[in-house]
Amino acid sequence: MTIKEIQDEIIDEFSMFDDWMQRYEYIIELGKSLPLIKEEYKVDENLIKGCQSKVWLQGEQNDDKIVFTADSDAILTKGIIAILIRAFSNQKASDIINANTDFIDEIGLKEHLSATRANGLVSMIKNIKMYALAFDAKNKN
Amino acid sequence: MLDIQKIRADFPILSQTVNGKPLVYFDNGATSQKPQIVIDAEVKYYHEINANIHRGVHTLSQLATDAYEISRGKVKDHINAKHAHEVLFTSGTTHGINLVANGFASILKTGDEVVVSSLEHHSNIVPWQMLCEKTGAVLRVIPIDENGELIISEFDALLSEKTKIVTVNHISNALGVINPIKYIIDKAHAVGAAVLIDGAQAVPHLKPDVQELDCDFYAFSGHKMCGPTGTGILYGKEEWLNKLPPYQGGGEMIKEVTFEKTTYADLPHKFEAGTPNIAGGIVLGTAIDYLNEIGFDKIQEYENELLEHATKRLNEIEGIRIYGNTKNKASVVSFNIDGIHPYDVGSIIDKLGIAVRTGHHCAQPIMNFFCIPGTIRASFSFYNTKEEIDAMVDAVKKAQTMLS
Repeated sequence: MTIKEIQDEIIDEFSMFDDWMQRYEYIIELGKSLPLIKEEYKVDENLIKGCQSKVWLQGEQNDDKIVFTADSDAILTKGIIAILIRAFSNQKASDIINANTDFIDEIGLKEHLSATRANGLVSMIKNIKMYALAFDAKNKN
Repeated sequence: MLDIQKIRADFPILSQTVNGKPLVYFDNGATSQKPQIVIDAEVKYYHEINANIHRGVHTLSQLATDAYEISRGKVKDHINAKHAHEVLFTSGTTHGINLVANGFASILKTGDEVVVSSLEHHSNIVPWQMLCEKTGAVLRVIPIDENGELIISEFDALLSEKTKIVTVNHISNALGVINPIKYIIDKAHAVGAAVLIDGAQAVPHLKPDVQELDCDFYAFSGHKMCGPTGTGILYGKEEWLNKLPPYQGGGEMIKEVTFEKTTYADLPHKFEAGTPNIAGGIVLGTAIDYLNEIGFDKIQEYENELLEHATKRLNEIEGIRIYGNTKNKASVVSFNIDGIHPYDVGSIIDKLGIAVRTGHHCAQPIMNFFCIPGTIRASFSFYNTKEEIDAMVDAVKKAQTMLS
């Protein structure tokens, strides 16, 4: 599936919820089901700075795709990471670079993009794109 | 007794809804809300007397200057300073602390010591670290115990003739603990050290008497005590303010300028370079009048009731831990729930209209001491109610259910 198709699928899932509580409960569920990151990746170099909760993000190249794993000590943040990983992991670097992130708005998580939230959603997206840019540059050389 | 409903009507922001729920504002430690009288005074200044101060001979400039200096006088009376020129207008507590730390660069020598406490806000740590880096002085830290109280015997042991300044907060922003500052001031003076008190979290709850305390500096912010943002006060004893060099150069702070030499203005202007926040300074006086009209005795009595109620109700929650368990506490409850990240709780109760602060509260050393990423901090003001506390407790319970 393309990033766009996955994002549409996520939007579809979230459209079933009537209120924030159902949305949050679903995010919490997603957080709980996020696959565990290898302990060796939970190091300071993989820590995304500026978050109230700790977020570790690790990207690895697998053929022409990038696989992301991540973790957080806060469950809502973990749920949001799970959504991002679903959308961006196992995709080509160039597709990740060019992907837009409007679906975050559409699933009602716009407030998590606010600078004051400091939950690192913005930084997470930035770091995912940075990984893609780095792998893309490496592959071109 | 305070007429809370009447007081709440003074604060227009309190009647709004947030996320479809009535706003419960418990982030007073970060900034207080403003009564209509303060908002009106800000507008009135710009409508009627806006002009630059201390310079113009025209009527508006004189009116604005008078209003600004009257406000300085109100602050002087409020904190019982000996002279109005010991009261400096600043942009906030951080500005005041930096002004003093910067001035001490010309006083400290290698090997001198600066004493801070483990309970400090980063604003009362970093300027002193920078000062130590600049001068070769050494930063010494008063530790805390499991209750969040300063270990006074350790403080006593830190003091020596090397100690040049001791700088502690009156009330801890992260935990609400009230520190024994009178004891600290007297002990520090006994070894010849100066004392700065960070009063940012104290002034919303009590009226400090700087002469009785005998502190050398007392810094606080206007926005935490119903005043406008970008306002603050640094009180300094005359002898100390004369001793310290100016912080910033510019207009207002000079006596005479030639390219060969500049002489500085007298106090307080020596430390007030540039056009200040004139409206803010004037309106801070309005805020102080408002608080004094309600009365700090009544405010304290009522806030203690709120603290007691909140502590009792929160303790109903299974797995709760409250940080800062002392008899001497301001109306602040800093807590966590077993196995749940404070960020998660804060995000969920926000959806229920409850505004609290989560995180490290710019006091990472305290969080490191307790080995936690942060806390949920509910800080109460005299305009809050027990019903709001009940709403918060219900919201926290709901968050706990959702997150467990």
